[in-house]
Amino acid sequence: MRFFSTTSMRPLALAAAVVVATAGAASAAEITGAGSTFVYPILSQWSADYHAKTGDKLNYQSIGSGGGIAQIKAATVAFGASDKPLPSDELAAAGLAQFPIVIGGVVPVFNLESVQPGQLKVTGPLLADIFLGKVTKWNDPAIVKLNAGLKLPDAQITVVHRSDGSGTTFNWVNYLSKVSPEWKTKVGEGTSVSWPVGIGGKGNEGVAGYVRQIKNSIGYVEYAYVKQNKMDYAQVQNHSGNFILPSAESFQAAAATADWKNARDFNLVITDAPGATAYPIAASVFVMMYKQPKDAAVSKAALLFFKWALETGQAQAVALDYVALPPELVKQIQVYWKQTISVTL
Amino acid sequence: MTDSINRPTFTLQHRAPSRWLSDTSADRVFQLLAGSAGYLVLGVLLAAALSMAWGGRHAFATFGWHFFTSTDWDAVNKKFGAVVPIYGTVVSSTIAIAIAVPISLGVAIFLTEIAPRWLRAPVSTAIELLAAIPSIIYGMWGLFVFVPFMSEHIQPWLIAHLGPIPGLGRLFQGAPIGIGMLTAGIILAIMIIPFITAVMRDVFLAVPSGLKDGCLAMGSTTWEVIRNVVLPYTRSAVIGAIFLGLGRALGETMAVTFVLGNAHELKLSLLEPGNSIAATLANEFTEADSDMYLSSLIALGFVLFLVTLVTLAIAKLLLLTVQQREAKGR
Repeated sequence: MRFFSTTSMRPLALAAAVVVATAGAASAAEITGAGSTFVYPILSQWSADYHAKTGDKLNYQSIGSGGGIAQIKAATVAFGASDKPLPSDELAAAGLAQFPIVIGGVVPVFNLESVQPGQLKVTGPLLADIFLGKVTKWNDPAIVKLNAGLKLPDAQITVVHRSDGSGTTFNWVNYLSKVSPEWKTKVGEGTSVSWPVGIGGKGNEGVAGYVRQIKNSIGYVEYAYVKQNKMDYAQVQNHSGNFILPSAESFQAAAATADWKNARDFNLVITDAPGATAYPIAASVFVMMYKQPKDAAVSKAALLFFKWALETGQAQAVALDYVALPPELVKQIQVYWKQTISVTL
Repeated sequence: MTDSINRPTFTLQHRAPSRWLSDTSADRVFQLLAGSAGYLVLGVLLAAALSMAWGGRHAFATFGWHFFTSTDWDAVNKKFGAVVPIYGTVVSSTIAIAIAVPISLGVAIFLTEIAPRWLRAPVSTAIELLAAIPSIIYGMWGLFVFVPFMSEHIQPWLIAHLGPIPGLGRLFQGAPIGIGMLTAGIILAIMIIPFITAVMRDVFLAVPSGLKDGCLAMGSTTWEVIRNVVLPYTRSAVIGAIFLGLGRALGETMAVTFVLGNAHELKLSLLEPGNSIAATLANEFTEADSDMYLSSLIALGFVLFLVTLVTLAIAKLLLLTVQQREAKGR
């Protein structure tokens, strides 16, 4: 100690201390990502736990799936997250790899004073007619026929949709296109569509806000937002004809019946799943990363984060009402990483 | 040295040559700096306009004049038209100006002519604080406080009493959801009142008291002084203040996107939702997933630029005709 207390050694000791301190800080990587608002609740939960465990930080901007796709193509972030999978030729042209990270559901929410959560029953074609503007009142015969025991008001339905481009929208209109030929020809599917009626909220939060605010309105949000904001949701009739409540079990049933093995680059949309207890509007969130990343260190940190999330983070996902990926799918994803992403874990 | 009648004269030879040179070069440098600052502003304006026109060339080339006449906004089929956002921008700003100008005039006149002197400072401070509130706070207050108020009290009254009137009633149709063109116009009015009031108040205070005293001495009332002395004297500044407010209202983004409804539909009724150019850009720019979409959005930005330019040009023309009328004498 007397060696370090001499005047000439103090600057050296100080320099050594600074080097040690900054070396500790430099090993903590910052992983940047952007995209889907759907996955934001679970990503922020995972990033907090991962940071406590390893010190690596995740900086995720929930700007919408379209934004995530644009940002990863521009290589401004380490990974992009999107509810809409990209086809393999688009991925190959951009040099991207794609894999699912979490599964959830899109739920129709409404604001009706006289109806409790989970009581209202709707079918796919009815939802399409409401969003097309063909069914305009809550006491329309089509709705009353399905909900004989409920008191529905003689009020106009205010439709709430997304004002920004969104993978949530993509899954919603993909489902409507599957169940309503009129929707398919008139509006089509995409992250941003030409809505025939309704007002637009920005993000899942915006739609949830508007539906909570405006009486006799109907909208669609991710299930996590439904639980967190305690909103009124409806039962939807699935492909087999059963009315299904949105829940982790019904999403899992939809994910289980999906054919992942034959989906190249996991390009599969799991709406209108065939199972008897499957929820019809289930959605997967896909992560896109570069096959040959410019910054290998950050990509490696990102892949380690996703590895941790897929292996140990599934319990937190379930707690936030997402669906854990089936174990075979997790194995399939890890094989895919070895084959396509040139980063050694 | 003296001249013929013994007045001392200063000739150039009395100055040291180095000072003479540094004076002119200093002048020249100052001219250069000031001139380049002015040209820089002009250059930046031109560069912004050109870059937006260049970004939107794809959309203009594909749609041509249809871009300004079509109400489509279809990202799936890649058909875009600017009518709905332009209409929303113009109508919400018009409502804002229609509400804000009388109120601002009233506040400014009250502060400068009618209020007791001790009241001037607190009210002025309050108005300046209103101007300092960020626009997103206005949007949030609008959505959580004002929209329910509109949907529960104001809009049902308007629909019931003004809706049935033939002609005018068509402006007040629709479900009372609180969100719509009228709500956006009112929030914009609240936002631009501080700007217009501040300029008007400063300019009213600058009217020479001799002019006002002369008018009062001839037996006019306070209102006649205001109408015949204060307002004519400050006319150009007042119009300038109004167009300052209008410029803010045209470009306002966050407050409008919260309460306008973001619906790409052209509706006559003030109680229906619509869309504005700034709100469309804010909502859709980050995830425009095709080149045509992006180009259409940039073209929309260029249109906003043009709309603002046209309103300023109208303001200048108005001022010019007023000044010409004044010069010719009434």
